[in-house]
Amino acid sequence: MSSETKQILTTDGIPLEVSLKKAERKNKIKAFLLVAPLLLFLLITYIFPIGDMLMRSVDDKMVTEMLPKTFKSMEKWDGNEMPPEEVFESFYLDFQKLVEEKRDGKLSTQLNYTKNGFKSILKKLRRKAKNFEEGNYKEQIMDVHKRWANVEYWRAIKRRAPAYTSSKYLKGMDMYKNEEGKIVNVEEDRRIHRILWLRTLEIAFFVTLLCFLMAYPIAHLLATLPMKYSNLLMICVLLPFWTSLLVRTASWMILLQQQGVVNDFFVMIGLVPDDNRPEMMYNKTGTYVAMTQILLPFMVLPLYSVMKTISPSLMRAGKSLGGTPFVTFWKVYFPLTIPGIGAGCLLVFILAIGYYITPALVGGASGTLISNQIAFHMKSTLDWSFASAMGLMLLAGVLAIYWIYNKLVGIDNIKLG
Amino acid sequence: MSKNLEFVKFDKVDKSYDGKVLVVKDLNLDIAEGEFITMLGPSGSGKTTCLMMLAGFETPTNGEIFLNKNPISNIPPHKRGIGMVFQNYALFPHMTVFENLAFPLKVRKINKDDIDKKVDKALSMVSLTGFENRMPGQLSGGQQQRVAVARALVFDPQVVLMDEPLGALDKNLRESMQYEIKHIHESIGVTVVYVTHDQSEALTMSNRIAVFNDGKVQQLSSPDKLYEEPVNSFVAEFIGENNTFAGEVTNFQKDQCKVKLSNGSEIIANPVSVKSNGDKTTVSLRPERALINTKDKLENNFNGKIEEIIYHGDHTRVRIDLLGNKEFILKVPNSSANMDIKMGNQINVSWSSYDARALDPK
Repeated sequence: MSSETKQILTTDGIPLEVSLKKAERKNKIKAFLLVAPLLLFLLITYIFPIGDMLMRSVDDKMVTEMLPKTFKSMEKWDGNEMPPEEVFESFYLDFQKLVEEKRDGKLSTQLNYTKNGFKSILKKLRRKAKNFEEGNYKEQIMDVHKRWANVEYWRAIKRRAPAYTSSKYLKGMDMYKNEEGKIVNVEEDRRIHRILWLRTLEIAFFVTLLCFLMAYPIAHLLATLPMKYSNLLMICVLLPFWTSLLVRTASWMILLQQQGVVNDFFVMIGLVPDDNRPEMMYNKTGTYVAMTQILLPFMVLPLYSVMKTISPSLMRAGKSLGGTPFVTFWKVYFPLTIPGIGAGCLLVFILAIGYYITPALVGGASGTLISNQIAFHMKSTLDWSFASAMGLMLLAGVLAIYWIYNKLVGIDNIKLG
Repeated sequence: MSKNLEFVKFDKVDKSYDGKVLVVKDLNLDIAEGEFITMLGPSGSGKTTCLMMLAGFETPTNGEIFLNKNPISNIPPHKRGIGMVFQNYALFPHMTVFENLAFPLKVRKINKDDIDKKVDKALSMVSLTGFENRMPGQLSGGQQQRVAVARALVFDPQVVLMDEPLGALDKNLRESMQYEIKHIHESIGVTVVYVTHDQSEALTMSNRIAVFNDGKVQQLSSPDKLYEEPVNSFVAEFIGENNTFAGEVTNFQKDQCKVKLSNGSEIIANPVSVKSNGDKTTVSLRPERALINTKDKLENNFNGKIEEIIYHGDHTRVRIDLLGNKEFILKVPNSSANMDIKMGNQINVSWSSYDARALDPK
């Protein structure tokens, strides 16, 4: 009869393995088709934009494409002395072509980013270049303006040769590549981004802490109250969720402004003098208050869902075994809520680190975060590549936090519901 | 040393949760030192509430509970020194077996060597030596329950409370755990208050059983007395199987009475809670006390028609129509194969008047 090595056949003679695979393939295809729309959606709305952002943040092709001949001839130039005639000639040719296509304006903007003072000398060059004679472009160009005879400006052009650059990332960290190609810090009084990063981390940290301190008792109450009360409390917790973010932030503005409800109340009970009302908005205080309130449900819900699963008999067991209420809480209850704490803190911290509307509206100058800076570059300076770079740095930061969290607590210990 | 017969004393204890209904009514109960007492009753009868009051998680609305002559109503649970085993085990899921057992010792600030010794001893008592480093989640239900028992005993409590500890186990495991707990109790002699709704569990394990119903103790006695001599029809109904006849006392004497049934026939019964002629009564008879085709001359002897036969392995249950009671159950051992038990046959049933207990009407 059949030995162990012999294939098992189904009744119609097909090997069992084959027919099993065949039967399962149908299910696999069905399952894939079910998730395909979401997969596609994610691909289009998430993966692709992030990829595009990454490209944009390092993309520096514009100048590379505008001055192709120049950069080719510059390859041999070491950058120590003035470039040879060949470079000048190709630069003149590239520039003339740009002038014909009316793209020289863009070039001057781009080069001006790299080094101030390009705008005027390019304008002058455009005027004078019409009367250039053939040959010996080096002298002719150097005569246009004395800066053209300064080797630093030529080095600046050469720095724009690579099609990709990390300069936006460096700028996001308040650093830049100097003429010698070294990475250095910008002057102290111009370091705005580092302050913003630190402030973002600080605010996210303290908002998380505040949320945790407030949410823990609420979640505990929710998990232990009888159903009819806990439902009501749950609605109170969720009510902010159902209100528009903008409306909530606006109502905080009404509450917190100097002539606002909270200040009026403080004056009424004599806590502060009428002529010296504290500023609670357009500074960090406003950001803390509003963000904590808005992000509170994100802390309450994971905590609640974890606490709900903790049997009340565990606390009873702890007490009957001789633990005081505090010891029982600390040794039994608290450790069991750690997955909820982890999930809530991670959620709130990550949301807080990228928060935009609330700090923009109530944060003022000292309460804005890095996301406001990103928005500023998206909308006002139109430096999208810089905005992309900072966005990606934020994303990398979030991933780093996630990684650290995974190392410390373990992502399997997270419980969202 | 004489045993303290009032080691735990419930003195006129009332308990109400909502101020309208008393879940425990005027409870008086003395538990002797080293006794295994079971509170048995249907759900909602107040037995768990009593246990919770003893553990300190509920306070009596009225009355007082004494532990070793000291009133304990104002002592918080963690200072009572009462061990407790919960229905769902209530092991701390984030601690190993060792840590679970060490918890009550650590909070008592016992030094490390003694902790090790005591935990070892407790684990060997429930034959779980070697399981110290397992997490509760890695144990089977029976093992978890043994850990819970060991944890409740490891700090040498004066009293151990068990709240339906075997409710979540399957039948076989439950039976073997019953013996195990009984043996542990016998070997260490701790006072155990056990709550269950499973009568066979109560009969197997206890020294005494308090049958609860409607917030009151209906009967407090040893298992055999409880089964053989129930004092009212609730106990007779709740403990074991029970055939009943409703009727009226006609000829009352000191140790015998006649009961006239609704269909007109009369049976002779043992007057337990009837006092005089004309009293309404429910006569209770254990199925195994009704004999079939016996040669003995017994006071009650009637014929009934077989309505249903249910095979149970070691015995067969026969439902017959007897004296207007269509639910009369007979237990026939399968060894007695000579009897002619077939559907529709007439069968002769007889019993002694002593076993037919005339109790209060339902």
